[in-house]
Amino acid sequence: MTQNETRTPLVELSDVSKHYGNVRALEGVSLEVHPGDVTCVLGDNGAGKSTLIKIVAGLHEHDGGVLRIEGEETRLTSPRDALDRGIATVYQDLAVVGLMPVWRNFFLGSEPRTGFGPFRRLDADLMRRTTHAELLRMGIDLRDVDQPIGTLSGGERQCVAIARAVHFGAKVLVLDEPTAALGVKQSGVVLKYVAAARDQGLGVILITHNPHHAYLVGDRFVLLRRGTMLGNHTRDEITLDELTGQMAGGADLEALRHELQRG
Amino acid sequence: MSAPPTSSDKLPTSSDERILRTSPLRRLLSRPELGSVVGALAVFLVFAVAADGFLRAASLSTVLYASSTIGIMAVPVALLMIGGEFDLSAGVMVTSSALISSMFSYQMTANVWVGAGVSLLATLAIGAFNGFVLTRTRLPSFIVTLGTFLMLTGMNLGLTKLIDGTVSTKTIADMEGFPAARALFASTLTLGGVDFKITIVWWLALVAVASWILLRTRVGNWIFAVGGNQDAARAVGVPVEKTKIGLYMGVALGAWIAGQHLLFSYDVVQSGEGVGNELIYIIAAVIGGCLITGGYGSAIGSAVGALLFGMTSKGIVFAEWNPDWFKFFLGAMLLLATLLNAWVRKRAEATP
Repeated sequence: MTQNETRTPLVELSDVSKHYGNVRALEGVSLEVHPGDVTCVLGDNGAGKSTLIKIVAGLHEHDGGVLRIEGEETRLTSPRDALDRGIATVYQDLAVVGLMPVWRNFFLGSEPRTGFGPFRRLDADLMRRTTHAELLRMGIDLRDVDQPIGTLSGGERQCVAIARAVHFGAKVLVLDEPTAALGVKQSGVVLKYVAAARDQGLGVILITHNPHHAYLVGDRFVLLRRGTMLGNHTRDEITLDELTGQMAGGADLEALRHELQRG
Repeated sequence: MSAPPTSSDKLPTSSDERILRTSPLRRLLSRPELGSVVGALAVFLVFAVAADGFLRAASLSTVLYASSTIGIMAVPVALLMIGGEFDLSAGVMVTSSALISSMFSYQMTANVWVGAGVSLLATLAIGAFNGFVLTRTRLPSFIVTLGTFLMLTGMNLGLTKLIDGTVSTKTIADMEGFPAARALFASTLTLGGVDFKITIVWWLALVAVASWILLRTRVGNWIFAVGGNQDAARAVGVPVEKTKIGLYMGVALGAWIAGQHLLFSYDVVQSGEGVGNELIYIIAAVIGGCLITGGYGSAIGSAVGALLFGMTSKGIVFAEWNPDWFKFFLGAMLLLATLLNAWVRKRAEATP
């Protein structure tokens, strides 16, 4: 905290570790995310990205190190706890119900109601209008909020999940591989909404294994490898090439090239 | 469109011009109950032609009565199915509810309303038990309710023989409160010279209440969500366990109403009744457009499914066909309606 006195990070991990029995899943990882910043967590499969996400989302408690939320040292004991502190996580499976209309999905679990007594009912009109307006604010112009969310493309569904988190007052948005299953164009769309969320003042933690996507929107880059932190850079400290190199594990790549050579 | 659109033309408004592409026909086609409505119309036409007197008011009243006794249970069973679960104990639970009501009143020489009240609590407890075991053990509902189905079947017979010495209950027609209870659960209303059973009123009321719950309340949103994607529902804070237990208690409430009708209309209850009816309720719900995997369907659809049932079972009699063919027609209708539903849903959901 000494080198950055001007701003308190929304979420700060310092030297955090997590063990499952005798398996070291995460060791000595530090990370910070500021309002209006995107912090990217990069790493290959098994690097510890999922463990890190689970700690921030409140699914697992960390074993060592310190987790601070808005400067206050704390432990997150449940996903609800994390949500109440303004940390919203959008998982890969998105937590949407495919057969339900977009507007019902948007408010699922937090439905606004109107009327009294036995006639207390969903404020369907407000829900439809709000869904349309919130999605529009993120730059998504949906044809019809009544269509089942399963009919939207993967990118659009991702965006609805992001818009939902923003609407329900998230301060920190944790995105788990939002572009992993998407094509190039759809990925671009999702990254645009990540930027839109950032511009609205949210802190974003973007988990990805694609350095190109990370470099398009990231302000900070945390590199993980086999559960340890390989590097923690701000954008001006590192180029895309260096990031890609570190990410792929430059030496490993060289060895692989050698192995794959003909003859 | 000779003039090029200006940029402001493209600005989206709250009523999006592209929504116009969704024609009213497409809206209609995307309704879950469409398959059953088409099927019901077809069956109606067949019997209108084939069966003399099918179109007489008295015959239609008989059809509606047969439909209502199934429909009263098909409504909560449909809700449960939308919530992603089955209840195989629903059929015998109706008999259990009637037996409890009758035997309690008789043995305690109490007012029949006391028996009905005790029966309501006991039946709701059976429903809660189903839901509780399901959510606690996470076993498939097929297994859990198959277990309660067998247990209730055994208990219905065993306890009745133990207490009354025979397989049916003693008459309670001379007991206090019977006329009033009969008026509520088993009376006949005359409307424009035609007699209608009061179960039709119960049935329509249940359809209305269930539709209101499904489409316009928070609980309805939760029912669709726990059936459509349980994990997602849990992740956004929907009380999945409570919703499911509530749905099972809804089935129990339906079983209580149907059970009291059984008791107060026939006065004595045969303890072996009800076996097999659970499948009829499920079939009515499925014909009505409920997705067997959950997350999709409607209460009105279950009513149309029940109506199809009533028309076929009575229509065969009016047409003087061999009633042995009833099950055959049923199976064929189930297959056709389900296929039609699946096809319609695919068409309606295809991204335009």
